[in-house]
Amino acid sequence: MGLKRFILRKVVAAALTIAVIICANFFIFRMAPGDPVRMMFRDPRVSAESLELMKQKFGLDKPLSGQFVAYVKNLARGDLGLSFSQRKPVLEVLASRIPNTLLLVVTALTIAIVLGVALGAVAGWLSGTKLDTFILTASVTMYSIPTFALGIILLLVFAYLIPIFPLGGISTPASGYEGFELVTDIGWHMFLPAFSIVIWYVGEYVILTRSSMIDAMGQEYITTAWAKGLKKYKILKNHALRNALLPVITISGVNLAFAAAGVIEAETVFAWPGVGRLTYDAVSQRDYPLLQGVFMLFAFAIVLANLAIDLIYGYIDPRIKVGE
Amino acid sequence: MAQYLRKTNKAKEFFQLLFGHPMGFVGVAIITLFLTMALFAPLLGTVDPSASGDVTNLLIPPSSQFWFGTDDLARDIWSQTIYGSRISLTIGFVAALITVFSGTFVGLIAGYYGKILDEVLMRIVDFFMMLPELPLMIVLAAVLGPSMWNIILVVSLVSWPSTARVVRSQVLSLKERPFVESSRCIGASNFQLMFSEILPNVVPLMFAQAVLMITEAIYAEAVLSFLGLGDPTSISWGMMLHSVFESGVIAESYWWVVPPIVSIVTLIVSFSLLGTAVSDILEPGYKEKKGF
Repeated sequence: MGLKRFILRKVVAAALTIAVIICANFFIFRMAPGDPVRMMFRDPRVSAESLELMKQKFGLDKPLSGQFVAYVKNLARGDLGLSFSQRKPVLEVLASRIPNTLLLVVTALTIAIVLGVALGAVAGWLSGTKLDTFILTASVTMYSIPTFALGIILLLVFAYLIPIFPLGGISTPASGYEGFELVTDIGWHMFLPAFSIVIWYVGEYVILTRSSMIDAMGQEYITTAWAKGLKKYKILKNHALRNALLPVITISGVNLAFAAAGVIEAETVFAWPGVGRLTYDAVSQRDYPLLQGVFMLFAFAIVLANLAIDLIYGYIDPRIKVGE
Repeated sequence: MAQYLRKTNKAKEFFQLLFGHPMGFVGVAIITLFLTMALFAPLLGTVDPSASGDVTNLLIPPSSQFWFGTDDLARDIWSQTIYGSRISLTIGFVAALITVFSGTFVGLIAGYYGKILDEVLMRIVDFFMMLPELPLMIVLAAVLGPSMWNIILVVSLVSWPSTARVVRSQVLSLKERPFVESSRCIGASNFQLMFSEILPNVVPLMFAQAVLMITEAIYAEAVLSFLGLGDPTSISWGMMLHSVFESGVIAESYWWVVPPIVSIVTLIVSFSLLGTAVSDILEPGYKEKKGF
């Protein structure tokens, strides 16, 4: 019972959030000064007739309420408008970029979480020692360095000065690589952008896991475990870390919202052809329909990922099943 | 008078603890350096940072005339670096001020009145916290147009909810304390209870939040400017990086890249160190551990 209600509440909250995002996305872009059609299709080569056609399609010849209805209708059909800089439907542009971003983010996050949790657990376990102070200071520094700044440093040092890594992109153009060669090539291109995202995330996860670990170590079940004469490693792994991970999982959801920042910065610096670089291109071209689509994609992805994390949490934390 | 004395002692004690904390000391020292730089910018051998120089002086490396060299419009990079501190610090402090005050106000009201008001305000906070910050800031900055005030507005709009949330939970526990109860018994109004009883006890938390918000605002300005959404009339460090990145000479002109990167990273890291120190000090029991 407790679990069902918990799930229902989370699903309803996510649906509401998405509804508000859809509305916000409409009104934010209407806030911009100037004619929305002109703004959407700034290309002077667009003829007056096709502008009229676009106006009708997006309901821009109607009052604001009519425009909103048209916007929602188009959205329901998966029509996010046209990107004038790419000369393609926004949805098509987004779809072609999503796999590249997923590849980068999932790789970077996996590495960062494993490293961050391990280092954080050690620091928390040995809290107050020199090693702990070192790990903590290093982590604060690591997660303070803006990803784009780190990216530019890496690019200068390891791509220009000492040309070990490629300057950008996802693979060597027109190389004709296939199979294993292509995989290595992509991995090679991914190294620097992934590294600049990992650095930020490791810092974040170390700090989280460390403080959560220190909390868990102060609990009575740890004292009990010691009293039972369990091995140190067993207490660390089965008692302290296991409980310390619960809050780390919840905060991972919030962290995803920040992951968007890392992706935009790293992809921009390394010209990685994903959604992040697309954001930068949309900004520099002032391609508002595309920017609108990118924002919606980021927002949806984060709401859904948060929902998934909440549901996983519902299964992991026994207190929720019992209904507290 | 007695109350005044107690307050100054508290502040003195706080700064003693802060300077005794290694991270706090390093943070404050570096931030002071940047503040000095910003304050005395015109006296530090600078020229107008946005004035284009002579065409013969394009992209020249550091020399006795141009200490940090020049950019692709022959502008003096030393001056841009020095004046850049003004932009970062101004945006950091102003945005943090707006964010902390509005966040505290919302948190105070929500926590104090509770019930439906709290529920509604916290749903709004939850909603904002769920949104991806940087994409939202990019969208707002792109729509509103590039200017320093718009960046401040955008940063404040996106960051107030986290302050509202922490202040609210503090207020929830404070309003049940005996000193609030006793003031209520002698007839204090809601307004008095909120602003003269509860608020002073939230000040340390506001200070910690302010440091955090300054860090975030400086970072946000740097990223937005790097992405080309900065104020074109004032050259910030982020915008310098945007220009060098777009110019295509990033590999050949290290003198154009290094100063803004070092400045941004140093300033943000020192505010982070300060923030970590402040939250350590405010942790219950820290004072006693240090023998105060």
